Amino acid sequence: MANATDPHAASVTTASGAGDGTLTTADGKPLARALARSQGRARRRAFLLVLPLLAFILITFVVPIGQMLQRSFHNDGFSANMPQISQWFAENPRGTDIDEAAWTALALDLQASAEERSIGVVGTRINYDVPGTRSLFTSTGRKVRRGIEPPYRETLLDIDEDWGDPVLWGAMRDASTPYTGNFYLASLDRTRAEDGSIEMVPERQQVYQMLFMRTFWLSLLITGLTFVLGFPVAHLLATLPMRKSNLLMILVLLPFWTSLLVRTTSWMVLLQQQGVINDILVWLGVIGDGQRLQMIYNQTGTIIAMTHILLPFMILPLYSVMRTINPSYVRAARSLGATSWTAFRRIYFPQTLPGLGAGALLVFILAVGYYITPALVGGSSGQLISNMIAMHMTDTLNWSMAAALAALLLASVLVLYWLYDRLVGIDNLKLG
Amino acid sequence: MLDQRTGDAFVAFEHVQKSYDGQTLVVKDLNLSIGKGEFLTMLGPSGSGKTTCLMMLAGFETATHGEIRLDGRPINQVPPHKRGIGMVFQNYALFPHMTVGENLSFPLEVRGMDKAERESRIKRALDMVQMGAFASRRPAQLSGGQQQRIALARALVFDPQLVLMDEPLGALDKQLREHMQFEIKHLHEKLGITVVYVTHDQGEALTMSDRVAVFNDGRIQQLAAPADLYERPENSFVAQFIGENNKLPGTIEQLDGDKALVRLHTGELIDATPVNVAQTGQPTLVSIRPERVEFKPEMMPPGAHMIDARVIEVIYMGDILRARLSVAGSDDFVMKMRNTIGQTQLTPGQTIKVGWHPADARALDPI
Repeated sequence: MANATDPHAASVTTASGAGDGTLTTADGKPLARALARSQGRARRRAFLLVLPLLAFILITFVVPIGQMLQRSFHNDGFSANMPQISQWFAENPRGTDIDEAAWTALALDLQASAEERSIGVVGTRINYDVPGTRSLFTSTGRKVRRGIEPPYRETLLDIDEDWGDPVLWGAMRDASTPYTGNFYLASLDRTRAEDGSIEMVPERQQVYQMLFMRTFWLSLLITGLTFVLGFPVAHLLATLPMRKSNLLMILVLLPFWTSLLVRTTSWMVLLQQQGVINDILVWLGVIGDGQRLQMIYNQTGTIIAMTHILLPFMILPLYSVMRTINPSYVRAARSLGATSWTAFRRIYFPQTLPGLGAGALLVFILAVGYYITPALVGGSSGQLISNMIAMHMTDTLNWSMAAALAALLLASVLVLYWLYDRLVGIDNLKLG
Repeated sequence: MLDQRTGDAFVAFEHVQKSYDGQTLVVKDLNLSIGKGEFLTMLGPSGSGKTTCLMMLAGFETATHGEIRLDGRPINQVPPHKRGIGMVFQNYALFPHMTVGENLSFPLEVRGMDKAERESRIKRALDMVQMGAFASRRPAQLSGGQQQRIALARALVFDPQLVLMDEPLGALDKQLREHMQFEIKHLHEKLGITVVYVTHDQGEALTMSDRVAVFNDGRIQQLAAPADLYERPENSFVAQFIGENNKLPGTIEQLDGDKALVRLHTGELIDATPVNVAQTGQPTLVSIRPERVEFKPEMMPPGAHMIDARVIEVIYMGDILRARLSVAGSDDFVMKMRNTIGQTQLTPGQTIKVGWHPADARALDPI
């Protein structure tokens, strides 16, 4: 804390004569320690005040995110409950023939797991990689619980010949270590081939890359639209007299006070094929009754509804920055010979950049993670990556996959944030 | 108050009126002509309409009625960027996202000047305000006085014939302000430009201007050279607004050419010069500058009236002594004396007689 620009430090230096280079107080104590002691009490009290929030954030935010991140590369559903076969996979490299030792390990593990009633967890884990295998595990489990005799290979194949499927064995090998990057591979439409190399999944199963691209493209488009629509509004708000601008501000803020669901549903009412807008267009004769526009349950619906919902996040930072721009700047530019367009482009607009950056960053990041609106009005072509995350959370129960997708999303947002910091500077950000 | 030079004036306001709300006039019938190369100051309290006049001249406000001419050409319909008027703003309005050099380059770029020409002009303008070493700085890195100089250089860099200044020194401390007053004055003389300067600081107005237009209530109260304004105010507002003033209310007792006898409300008779009073019996307000009040009979012209005064307090102010007196029933009559060796020392409670040259007491209309 004791730096040279501190005025107290400077005065103390002259008072004590600074013989040996370290600054001391008048009675010879080190300055840094004296400063820490004099401010310590106030600092401790300040810390106590923020402690509740800190604890809250740790418990409800940092810990869950940490767990989620861990889940994306750590899943011991198989390895913890099938120790012997996991051991065999560890000792025998990929490509080794499946010998009787492996069958023995598998059969005994299945039996033990079935007795501990953890066979469902094991099946679920393999089911992530080879769909439809959960029932194989549970039904085999039921049978081996009653007793199992060697030779195990024949016994297991008798129960279900799918046990001989090399794909299944590959999946079990992948799951035999709790740490795996397979969920990330799957999030990028990639998988491990039998020989362990990474390859693309079959074309008709590729979905995540396309969804990531669509999410970023739509978020970018929505950010652009909120800018085009919000900039003039923010300018109007900033230049109107206080009373009128406060009134308009309520209109901008009104969506904030309305439930997201209500807003989204009202867009359904407006945009659907038998909805208000189509009715008006038909009534005006712009389109025929048979050619009603499909404006919802597709990408258009997602774009319209999300632009509307995210608009305040663009307007408010812009407004707060524009409010502080003295009108004399534009006047000065005009008096110096600039047309109103030049004055706007070269003097006014550059000064709104901190607000524009903040608004764009805010809208983009919110849009990237948006879930309810695309789920309600997006149809199939308007679904975003977060809908896929939600599906893995609630339908397929593949939380590791959801976590991997979410981690990728988080990482890409952080990269964008870092880029923004490099290009514009985060201290130029003005949120209000 | 219409100047006879209106016909060939460089800047002319003719019957200009301005209203913002359609109900009250902020500027009421303004007639003003400014000669080429003149330094004219618009002086007045806030809300007097002086800044509105400047903004109409710059083109940021439109005149509700009347005509504004620049170099003989009506400019009511000319947008600000085509008027070619340099302007210095109260808060300097230096573009914060540009360096000093870019700020100065801006008016030259919008005029399509090539790079070499721009650079030589920027250098000349910066040298003119002794800021040649600061071209690559940002405005935020400069002190108030330095920003002021840059604002001045930017308003002059494109060689405008007319420069408007809207309270440009308002944000500076006293010493710097006085220094900048001289610099601006010298630049004006050196470049031969016409300057219209708005301020509410009378000291500034008197120091710098060729003529001062005193504004109040949307009208020019007096348009005169600084010395005339101070010594021969034409009405009570100007007398009170410019400098310190003693006011003695009374009625005209006797009117004789450029001499008047005024009977104060408390009964005393004093001498005065009639300014805008017409007949005897009329109520008047006599205004006397504190430094023109005399208390030594030998300094008075023969026959001049003197009246009783009681010293209330004497304040030592360094170069002058300031005595507050009770005169004709009012307790705030001020007399200033030079602090010279041998100056008579007054003590509170002392009774003296005060008087003045009739020419220094001006009988004005009562407000």
